[in-house]
Amino acid sequence: MARLEIKKTYKIYIGGKFPRTESGRFYNPKGIDVNVCKSSRKDFRNAVVVARAAQPAWAGRSAYNRAQILYRIAEIMEGRRAQFISELELQGSSKKQADEEVNATIDRWVYYAGWCDKYQQIFSSVNPVASNHFNFSVLEPMGVVAATAPEESSLLGISTIIATAIAGGNSLIAIASESKPLCSVTLAEVLNDSDVPGGVVNILTGNKDELLPHIVQHMDVNALVYCGSDKKVIIDLKEKSADNLKRIAHYSTDAILSDSGESPYFIKTLNEVKTTWHPIEKVGAVGSSY
Amino acid sequence: MAVKNKNVFDFSPALESAGHIQLKDQYELFINGKWTKPKSGKYFKTINPSNEKVIAQVAEASKTDVDAAVSAAEKAFNGWSSLSGKERGKYLFRLARLIQEKARELSVIETLDGGKPIRESRDIDIPLAAAHFFYHAGWADKLEYAFPNRKTEPLGVAGQIIPWNFPLLMAAWKLAPALACGNTVVLKPAETTPLTALKLAEIIEEAEFPPGVVNIVTGAGATGAAIVNHPKVNKIAFTGSTEVGKIIQRATANTDKKLTLELGGKAANIIFEDAAINQAVEGIINGIYFNQGHVCCAGSRLFVQESVHDEVIQKLKARIENLVVGDPMDKNTDIGAINSKSQLETINKYLKIGKEEGLEMFQSSCSVPSKGFWCKPTIFTGAAQSSRIVQDEIFGPVLAVQTFRTIGEVIQKANNTPYGLSAGVWTDKGSKIFNLTQQLRAGVIWANTFNKFDPTSPFGGYKESGFGREGGVHGLESYLKFND
Repeated sequence: MARLEIKKTYKIYIGGKFPRTESGRFYNPKGIDVNVCKSSRKDFRNAVVVARAAQPAWAGRSAYNRAQILYRIAEIMEGRRAQFISELELQGSSKKQADEEVNATIDRWVYYAGWCDKYQQIFSSVNPVASNHFNFSVLEPMGVVAATAPEESSLLGISTIIATAIAGGNSLIAIASESKPLCSVTLAEVLNDSDVPGGVVNILTGNKDELLPHIVQHMDVNALVYCGSDKKVIIDLKEKSADNLKRIAHYSTDAILSDSGESPYFIKTLNEVKTTWHPIEKVGAVGSSY
Repeated sequence: MAVKNKNVFDFSPALESAGHIQLKDQYELFINGKWTKPKSGKYFKTINPSNEKVIAQVAEASKTDVDAAVSAAEKAFNGWSSLSGKERGKYLFRLARLIQEKARELSVIETLDGGKPIRESRDIDIPLAAAHFFYHAGWADKLEYAFPNRKTEPLGVAGQIIPWNFPLLMAAWKLAPALACGNTVVLKPAETTPLTALKLAEIIEEAEFPPGVVNIVTGAGATGAAIVNHPKVNKIAFTGSTEVGKIIQRATANTDKKLTLELGGKAANIIFEDAAINQAVEGIINGIYFNQGHVCCAGSRLFVQESVHDEVIQKLKARIENLVVGDPMDKNTDIGAINSKSQLETINKYLKIGKEEGLEMFQSSCSVPSKGFWCKPTIFTGAAQSSRIVQDEIFGPVLAVQTFRTIGEVIQKANNTPYGLSAGVWTDKGSKIFNLTQQLRAGVIWANTFNKFDPTSPFGGYKESGFGREGGVHGLESYLKFND
């Protein structure tokens, strides 16, 4: 007798758990016989709450520890290559394309793992002020980031936007490619097995056009990354983000998916510059004796 | 004359003279290197806020005038941006030197037009303005070292709109990086304090800048809007209120204009029981009463650890009684005139709100001159997170005092604001300082000091205090695009 296959239920990822959307809605990406959660505004708001709660502890981890966790993601992905490749094929990639995308994605995680304990040294400064103060500027994560993945990519796109945000100490809510959502859910399972603390990365599937207006108006989101080149959307986001002056970054899909998607400037974009002043006591200074 | 204070040794007045300054009765617009009459023929008066006397008439730039200024800047852009960085830098070095030479004149004009004490314009505003040009001059031929592995290009025409609290210094903060990076500029000073920017235009002429590289147009909100909405402007840099900043962000959403905003603040100044209390009291005074509190990064929310509350407040009151309030031209003066009538009305509105909310108000017993706009240094004790004077930026010499018991509590309270420009921490324990400075959500943190500025030190906010930095290597990014 033929064995009945066990089909996977694709769910969303909030706070280290895999719930279905609270709305109970689903959709079928074109050409794929799979039910995918159509996340709601409420799912997003729930995700912001857990992302906010998780962010300070994530930023407080040592850079070395964050680097190891990102590297761990690459390790676990390597072990699940076959699953990602079959999902990419199911979503229309050739075997060769799928193989290349998985390679590029794993290498990209390794790339950003290496930046975790280095970007601060590249972008910080000690500032030679004219008064008796020790003055230095460092990068600090913006906080909670919301990001939409490039539509054209199921795996490399969302991996890049997650890596650039969390390497820099942010937590985020990523909105998966609407037409190619499968790998994002499997990626969530990888993250969950890689010591990424619950709530640091949250992944929603669904309709971007429906979710974006809520995302851009959410008052507890510090930054919004949009991958794509729809001018109308970009204008709309810049306009509506003014309510709480959330930072808007928009990248072309090509910039994310090509080699130029590897740059510490993506990490910097989601960081603020903080400058600290501290007096230097000069009382009794007699100069160096050696 | 400085107002006599019964509690201190009586200082004899030490008036700075205004005899050496050269001011015209009427100022035109500085467009394409020429002094140009406004097309509308309209002028407005700029007054001395300490005696309400008219100092000069200043042209009001309309849309047509702004158009001419932007065209001039656009025409000048190719020449200016293709100059070698070395040559561009030399113009800025020249400018820095000329400002230093004319420092005394500029200080006096700054004080006459804006109402700030001569001590501050002489020792802080003008020297820092010169330092900003000098610092950025040296960047002009070194930009490739500022952003590793990236190719930079200037943006084009920068539209810059600056506030009235540090008129010449804000002009320097805006102009120096823009010009060093190879942009040309249309700058609008605030309508209550246009004179030092116009004097700067004269100095720019004297420094032989190519025409059109810097254009200075005077006017109020409508002039600013014409700059913001001009299609040929590639970059907007604005310093001012959060409310107007949001309007500008919405107005430029439909364009490719690069935008940086330096907006409001409501800084927490946190005093722990282990702080050097006398130094901390000086820091509180400097934090809130520097420049009459017309400072976006002013330490307007004081958090005192409960165990030292009474001591700190008692010393604070004694210190306030010793502040010299009065003629800004007197070298003894600590607190000068409020910049304008409308700003005084705003401050008075908040004093009323504070009293109505049942907070205890203390003001210096000094008297103030009968003419001009004055507000005595004020503290409100017993304030709560919900008090309006704790939540809103007042932009005046008004301090709201709250207490705390634990570090966790004060971090939460300090961060519980939509603003995030600056903060201060006072304690003698180094590790505590770094714990606090890491957790406070603000762009500039002063530890055991307050209200310090330097051209090498990046300045700018988190959250609704705006985005972008001014000063230091980080500030250059606001005036460049990256081609890679």
